[in-house]
Amino acid sequence: MIISVASGKGGTGKTTVAVNLALSLENVQLLDCDVEEPNAHLFIKPEIKEKISAFTTIPQVDETICTYCGKCQKVCAYNALAVIPSSKKKGTVLIFPHLCHGCGACYLLCPQKAIKEIKREIGIIESGTVANLQFVHGILNVGEVMSPPLIRQVKKHINNTKTVIIDAPPGTSCPVIAAIKNTDFCILVTEPTPFGLNDLILTVEVVRKLNIPFGIIINRSDIGDNKTEVYCRENNIPILMRIPFSEDIARLYSQGIPVVNENEEYKKEFIQMFESIRHPIKRRMSDIMNII
Amino acid sequence: MKQILIISGKGGTGKTILTASFAAISKNKVMVDCDVDAADLHLILHPNIKERYDFKSGKTAVVNPIFCNKCGKCQEVCRFDAISDAFLIDSISCEGCGLCAQVCQSNAIIMKENLSGEWYVSDTEYGPLVHAKLGIAEENSGKLVAKVRQVAKELAQKENSDYVIIDGPPGIGCPVIASLSGIDMAVIITEPTLSGLHDLKRAIEIALHFKILIGIVINKYDLNVDNTNKIEEFCKKTKIDIIGKIPFSKEVSKSIVNGIPAVLFCKNNIAENIRNIWEKIK
Repeated sequence: MIISVASGKGGTGKTTVAVNLALSLENVQLLDCDVEEPNAHLFIKPEIKEKISAFTTIPQVDETICTYCGKCQKVCAYNALAVIPSSKKKGTVLIFPHLCHGCGACYLLCPQKAIKEIKREIGIIESGTVANLQFVHGILNVGEVMSPPLIRQVKKHINNTKTVIIDAPPGTSCPVIAAIKNTDFCILVTEPTPFGLNDLILTVEVVRKLNIPFGIIINRSDIGDNKTEVYCRENNIPILMRIPFSEDIARLYSQGIPVVNENEEYKKEFIQMFESIRHPIKRRMSDIMNII
Repeated sequence: MKQILIISGKGGTGKTILTASFAAISKNKVMVDCDVDAADLHLILHPNIKERYDFKSGKTAVVNPIFCNKCGKCQEVCRFDAISDAFLIDSISCEGCGLCAQVCQSNAIIMKENLSGEWYVSDTEYGPLVHAKLGIAEENSGKLVAKVRQVAKELAQKENSDYVIIDGPPGIGCPVIASLSGIDMAVIITEPTLSGLHDLKRAIEIALHFKILIGIVINKYDLNVDNTNKIEEFCKKTKIDIIGKIPFSKEVSKSIVNGIPAVLFCKNNIAENIRNIWEKIK
């Protein structure tokens, strides 16, 4: 089973939930897909055993064959190539690697076969373990624009024999979608403030569009107002857990200590929450099997 | 005219609270919300929308099943796994490269322009606000950021504004990079946690990458004094100015619930702290 942890608003407690859930269960793999600002390792403190570069492809033009016909520029939807045709002087093809999505259109459609694809590093992927927990995260190179290709490559490490937990980046756009797509359940973490609720509603629309079953964790549940509770009730969204504000949790968080390591009660709550996520899915599966 | 951007790396450290407070105490400025996929500034500034525009960006492939002879060529070339075995397009995965339409021999695929969001020019009690809403599960947030930035800059030039105050997105990727271009100063707001420090370093790196002047604000600095000291040491070593420290206060959460800028709502020392930070920036 693959569970993703997401939230529209940043700083609501995604990493706290992902890490503590991972540490509460047996046979888990934790993937940190917040590749712009990965933090889970600060709490898990894994022993990194493997470090590999992640690449995308960009075109390289063989100018001894290129006729500067302009086809590659015409087919590129991202303006990642500019062809300056040859007149008296020699022509040239400019390539803008940060705009390239690596779709392969220029490479496949060049009439001269003058384009080949070369690798460009966009970040690194590290994997390791802590006790029985498998850990993988991606780190986007600073200055790199596109994180979804790196997120997709981190997700290639998914180990289906384990319960997989994915820590997603904040927001509601492409990096989040890359992280939560094809997961079996999405936990949305929020806080009961107008900011938290506004961003929660947007994120609910995203998970609904992706058809992912989901539930809510309300973090710092005793600050703010009760509008999040009302919203969940009116929209039939299950509240999986409420975590009240506690100076203890805040202090442990600031030091990089997962609360379940210090407090068995929270461990029980996370296990219970996991069971409540697992069983509705079992039920749904059997419903589907019955229909088939 | 000075363009000031508030970013953080880590989310939830107080970008919007600080931006809204600057909006409330500064004079002669235009505000921008660049966190287009989870915009919150409007919840404090309560804009009255004056102009509303469609944001069209990128394309999505659409298959006409009447012409499709199911040759499979499109699926073979698509690198985004966006074409199903029934030769239908998953519009969420499609990145609009158009290669499928190019290779389709029966001309069954057309590229349709996306309506990816909306952007607005609004009035608020504190001055004009340019903001946007990215469509659900849409791409190109960086382009929408560039759009609202450009509109705000033109508006500021027209009105002879002294400042453009910009609420930035979290992270260090595409929308952040679009927010950073041509900025005069980046205010990076962080918190004294290990995550805060870790993400601050990457946020500083990205601002330095674009050679932008940086000022650091440590929010809730009294929640972990050891970590605050670590941040201060790090900034001293790297010669980056700390322009303010804001203590933790439940009054700040209340200001959000009440929809009032913290600098006006909080009756304790928070307001003075924020005013001092603005004095250093302006």
